[in-house]
Amino acid sequence: MQEDTLLQMRHIDKRFPGVRALNDVDFTLRKGEIHALMGENGAGKSTLIKILTGVYQMDGGEISVEGEKVSIRSPQDAQNKGISTVYQEITLCPNLTVSENMFIGRGKGAWVKHKALEKRADEILTKLGIPARSSQQLGSCSLAVQQMVAIARAVDMNCKVLILDEPTSSLDDKEVNMLFALMRDLKSRGVGIIFVTHFLEQVYEVSDRITVLRNGELVGEYLTKDLPQVDLVAKMIGKELDELSDLSEGDVHEENYNEVLYEAENLSSSDAKPFDFSIRRGEVNGFTGLLGSGRSESVRAIFGADKVNGGNVKVKGQNVKITHPIDAMKHGIGYLAEDRKRDGIIAELSVRENIILALQVMNGIFKPISRSEQEAFADEYIKALNIKTASRETPVGSLSGGNQQKVILARWLLTHPDYLILDEPTRGIDVGTKLEIQKLVLKLAEEGVSVTFISSEVEEMLRTCSRLIVMRDRHVVGELKGKDLNQAQVMKTIAGGEA
Amino acid sequence: MGKNIFKRKEPLTDTQLLMSITICIFLVMYLFAIVFLQGGFLHAQQIFDMLNDNASLLIVSCGLTIVMIGGGIDISVGAVTSLVVMSCVLYLNRGGNLFVSMLLALGIGLAFGLVQGFLISFLDIQPFIVTLAGMFFARGMTTILSVNPQKADHAVFNALKDTKIEIPWLGYVAKNGNLVPARIELGVIVAFVCVAVIFVILKFMPLGRHFYAMGGNQTSALMLGINVKRTRFMSYLLSGLLSGISGYVFLMHTGAGNATNAAGMEMNAIASSIIGGTPLTGGVGNVIGTLFGTLTLTTIKKIVVSSGFNDPWWQSITTGGMLCFFILLQSIVLSRRGKKKA
Repeated sequence: MQEDTLLQMRHIDKRFPGVRALNDVDFTLRKGEIHALMGENGAGKSTLIKILTGVYQMDGGEISVEGEKVSIRSPQDAQNKGISTVYQEITLCPNLTVSENMFIGRGKGAWVKHKALEKRADEILTKLGIPARSSQQLGSCSLAVQQMVAIARAVDMNCKVLILDEPTSSLDDKEVNMLFALMRDLKSRGVGIIFVTHFLEQVYEVSDRITVLRNGELVGEYLTKDLPQVDLVAKMIGKELDELSDLSEGDVHEENYNEVLYEAENLSSSDAKPFDFSIRRGEVNGFTGLLGSGRSESVRAIFGADKVNGGNVKVKGQNVKITHPIDAMKHGIGYLAEDRKRDGIIAELSVRENIILALQVMNGIFKPISRSEQEAFADEYIKALNIKTASRETPVGSLSGGNQQKVILARWLLTHPDYLILDEPTRGIDVGTKLEIQKLVLKLAEEGVSVTFISSEVEEMLRTCSRLIVMRDRHVVGELKGKDLNQAQVMKTIAGGEA
Repeated sequence: MGKNIFKRKEPLTDTQLLMSITICIFLVMYLFAIVFLQGGFLHAQQIFDMLNDNASLLIVSCGLTIVMIGGGIDISVGAVTSLVVMSCVLYLNRGGNLFVSMLLALGIGLAFGLVQGFLISFLDIQPFIVTLAGMFFARGMTTILSVNPQKADHAVFNALKDTKIEIPWLGYVAKNGNLVPARIELGVIVAFVCVAVIFVILKFMPLGRHFYAMGGNQTSALMLGINVKRTRFMSYLLSGLLSGISGYVFLMHTGAGNATNAAGMEMNAIASSIIGGTPLTGGVGNVIGTLFGTLTLTTIKKIVVSSGFNDPWWQSITTGGMLCFFILLQSIVLSRRGKKKA
């Protein structure tokens, strides 16, 4: 073992019921390095981090800190062994002062000596160059400073390993630079930093080494300078570029010249940066990009699901204003949310009730849909979409993921939308149902419905979409159609470099 | 205005800001009463009367302030107060010992705090439901003990009850020429001791700071290494204990037990805490604010009565209006703050 090895995780296994979340994963962190942990959704990044911080217990493997074998049973345990984590959501108390946030829960004495603690806090803040005063209320600091205070707390607890879990996702560019300066400073003090992020450019800006995980397995550990961005993307998504170039898509998607159904100019929301977008009648297009690239945020802006800040929107050539989902629904737009458990199904209600939900909302509460009509609708779509359910009155929560997804699809189809947005409709469902949903999308398009389709699986998008909009770091970076619609080209555009 | 009183380098924390607002409004209101209504408001006895009448309210409000800072709620306090009053009166009238009667009061309060705290913290049941059940339980117990009003008939207790601290120089000369000294009941002293002790706990003891952390963000508090369950348990235990003390102080003020004692006191206590700058959302507030909250609430009631609106509903209506006004003011002040930062 090398002398400068700080943390070593070897042959880590973790199983959840039905899933093998981590399979024989190794991870090594050296003193004074910033090590990026990369992987797409479900790759096992968070599972690995949670094992390291004691939130989960591993099923197999061993962890050693500075050459000594350790077992980590709780977050408290991890902190005592010098492993501290700063989470994406800041886990401090905004109503307390900066110094209290640094020391609360750590003291042993009967009294809180505010003055003494503030003095010590000021010393640490100055040493680390964090622009905050110790007696300031934490809530009055910017998010970046709050995050740095969390880091200061970790540093004062003598942390050797600092885990930063998506620390930059709510910061602006200037704040990110402040954070990076602090990270480099800590690195020079010998702290090992594990940096989890989905911003590729940031990885290349600060990290020394990259470990890539995919589907719970270790893809490899690389020096950042030896791994071009496009290779990193390929490793995360799981296809080697050479292998991809040979793969040509069988059917050529034709451009159709129907009227433009929906058009947005400079549309922006609280979560999405301004972008232009348009879709023709009967067209299937897709937003692609890595997780967090802004693809979901963009379609949410189209549907009015987040606070819309500006932009001109035209539906069928008419200027319209869509600021709430109900506006979008009235203009014939349907949206199948990414997280069906949170935004989509109502688990306690029956299949029938879930199916008629959107139509009822459109009709308003004064025009109730009769029970027999509801039953007819429910039966029709249970048959049409081949929903496997005991009866139309079965609670949706007891259905499988794929069938739940079909119920939500049925809900939107019942409103006869002109334009349907499907955000990750195939996530977490079995292959057969995936294919059914893809076929359904193509069938809808033939019937003249426009569809925007989002999926983490590029292949799936290539099969269904005739146009792909590529996003990176919350910006549209390219639009692919025709012969450019192949995996190699998509990855090049996502990575943003020359292959 | 609040900002000019304290010359400090740091801007006020939310807690200090809300408290200063309450104190200022109280002072302005009292000055208004002196200028326009004169009468009793000129005499120091007016303030002492308000304190004498509301010492037990002040004590339960302190308990609620603790619970509300921790992000919880306790609506059993009025009923527990009532149960303590009735139990102590019956015990004393059977020739009980004065000292033991005090222990009985504390014991009943602690028992309620213990059980409710346990259910809420360790079994994770909604505080509203648990303390609602506690409230019904205590009210029922009170009625079982005695449906009829019971007057305390105990020589030592009555001596204690009638002991008042007289301050001649704060008194006034009545129309017949006699000097009427200002009188303070012992209960007020007890209430002030409670305020002082809880102030110290909240400000300078780890437990107190943990209440704030828990009310500010429970998940964070957990991640910061605070034992949230135990902290929450302690907040309800303290609230129960204070309800016990409040019951005894109530008895020392009225000298009698009645099944309808302290009816609606929990709501007045919540109102006092909120007016004093402890919003229901938790994490903010302190007991000095609660002291002024209680005073503000009682002063406005006195003003309503002095202005000739004698019917009881006017007091209710003004209390409601007052509460609305303060909640609005607090949320406006705090949200303006939030915007300035961003």
